[in-house]
Amino acid sequence: MSPKLEEKICKVFLWITASLTVFILAAIIGNVLSHGLRLLSLDFLLESPRNMGREGGVFSSLIATFYLIALSLIITTPVGIGSAIFLTEYKKKGKFLKLIRFTTESLAGIPSIIFGIFGFAFFVIFLGMGWSILSGGLTLALMILPTMVRTAEESISSVPDSFREGSLALGATRWQTIVGVVVPSALPGIITGVILSIGRAVGESAAVILTAGSSLGVPKSLLDPGRSMSVHLYILAAEGISMENAYATGTVLIIAIVMINFAANYLTHHQRTKIS
Amino acid sequence: MSKNNFFAGIDSPSRQGTVSLLDRLKVLDRKTYESIVEKVLFLCAFSSVLAVFIITFFVFYSGLPLIFRIGLGDFIFNSQWAPLQGVFGILSMIAGSLLVTLGALVIAVPLGLGGAIFLAEFAPKFVTRILRPAIQLLAGIPSVVYGFWGLIILVPLLRNYFGGSGFSALAGSIILAIMILPTIVNISEDSILSIPRVYKEGSLALGATRWQTVKHVLLPCARPGVITGIVLGMGRAIGETMAVIMVTGNVASMPQSILDPVRTLTGNVVIEIGYAHGEHQEALFATGAVLFIFIMVLNLLVNLRIVKKEGDA
Repeated sequence: MSPKLEEKICKVFLWITASLTVFILAAIIGNVLSHGLRLLSLDFLLESPRNMGREGGVFSSLIATFYLIALSLIITTPVGIGSAIFLTEYKKKGKFLKLIRFTTESLAGIPSIIFGIFGFAFFVIFLGMGWSILSGGLTLALMILPTMVRTAEESISSVPDSFREGSLALGATRWQTIVGVVVPSALPGIITGVILSIGRAVGESAAVILTAGSSLGVPKSLLDPGRSMSVHLYILAAEGISMENAYATGTVLIIAIVMINFAANYLTHHQRTKIS
Repeated sequence: MSKNNFFAGIDSPSRQGTVSLLDRLKVLDRKTYESIVEKVLFLCAFSSVLAVFIITFFVFYSGLPLIFRIGLGDFIFNSQWAPLQGVFGILSMIAGSLLVTLGALVIAVPLGLGGAIFLAEFAPKFVTRILRPAIQLLAGIPSVVYGFWGLIILVPLLRNYFGGSGFSALAGSIILAIMILPTIVNISEDSILSIPRVYKEGSLALGATRWQTVKHVLLPCARPGVITGIVLGMGRAIGETMAVIMVTGNVASMPQSILDPVRTLTGNVVIEIGYAHGEHQEALFATGAVLFIFIMVLNLLVNLRIVKKEGDA
């Protein structure tokens, strides 16, 4: 085969793979949205589910999802940012640093089902928290930690040294420099980390079903169980309860993820143009 | 790297000679304050170490007792799973997990590698502008949504085409392939783009076509990165749960073909843990421990590779 012919064939193959990727995405999103959008309304979001979710809306799941995300963010945001600051501004080279890098990478590589099993064995049974928002939120907090650390670290280390030098030259201490100059400059990146973490938490189902349970009521306290949106979609679809409501719930999830991606991209772009 | 040591030396104010006692106290105060801050930050950083340790400990603490009691061999080489009779063998689920994962790799590796080469070398700008966000979005879609789509569209499609119920290892493989595609594309593309330009230019200058350059220069150089991408994708596939449960049928028996329904290790845990008690529950924890070992091996492969790469640079 002549090299030119080979090149042509391969180019055709590459175009096919690329179009196939876009086609699959369009097929999935298109299918869910085309059925789900017309079912979506404010009532669907604000009505409580009735008859196992066969009728009514998703209000209780919306609230449970919100609580789970809020709790995990309250824990992980400060810890993640603190960890990123330590790694970028204080780190001494050496074994300890390597250990932290290694464990953060490992944490990111652990699948959600393992987090779920851990959360079930530790929070639900060992600590006796039961299936609850608290168990679910703590488990999610561990899951989103690597996302938070990585994005915050990337963004803090991209703050130019001249910013730090200026602050130190004015007599600020190291911590004053970090709080007053470094973190504010890195804020868009840090917020990106928070947004991406929300994305991960919204979509999570395996870990949540094992730790927060799947009961349909509105959780009234941290120790009440709750059913997140993703778990709700799973149960509606897998148990064949209502495909209509499953489509509508899936649509809410997809819209949330699209918005999250959009916001994260906007902020990343924003920070890049601001610093350079 | 140099900026990391940037703060070295600034801790000790050099103007101490003439300061009053009060000033000295302030400096001391500031210093203790700074050191407390540093300790708190250290604790934050240490949390990930603690998390990995405690997760590992509890997964094995709850999973190992049963394995020791009935024996590792009897647990993983027995294909009988009858929890109500007290028979716990997970061979069929190990087979299910491996079958689904390998199927996913067979589909996703050529597709993902093709996508990465296309993005890095051949794609016109306007295509990149569509393809990159598309792949990013693909990575962000929740696994239940994939599972739901598989249940509604893919399973009936397979049922019409191949007969049977449609719930099969093949359905799981296809869904997983779509889910791990972004991982493979992104990491492979990064490693192709990180190859020094002179390699490519040298090859082109010698009269090679662009495809010849890709095949003989870029791909061999990018191989470690591509393999990392594939291993990470494999880890994602073997650990994926909800999407797989929704399309594989979850029958706990040895699959004879890719069109048979299968149950994966992950599926076994989620499906039964809601009502399992006593030894049955322990067996599910043990299933998780076996899965965790698979994941750890894959993670270690990747991490050792990363360490090596840093050492080379």
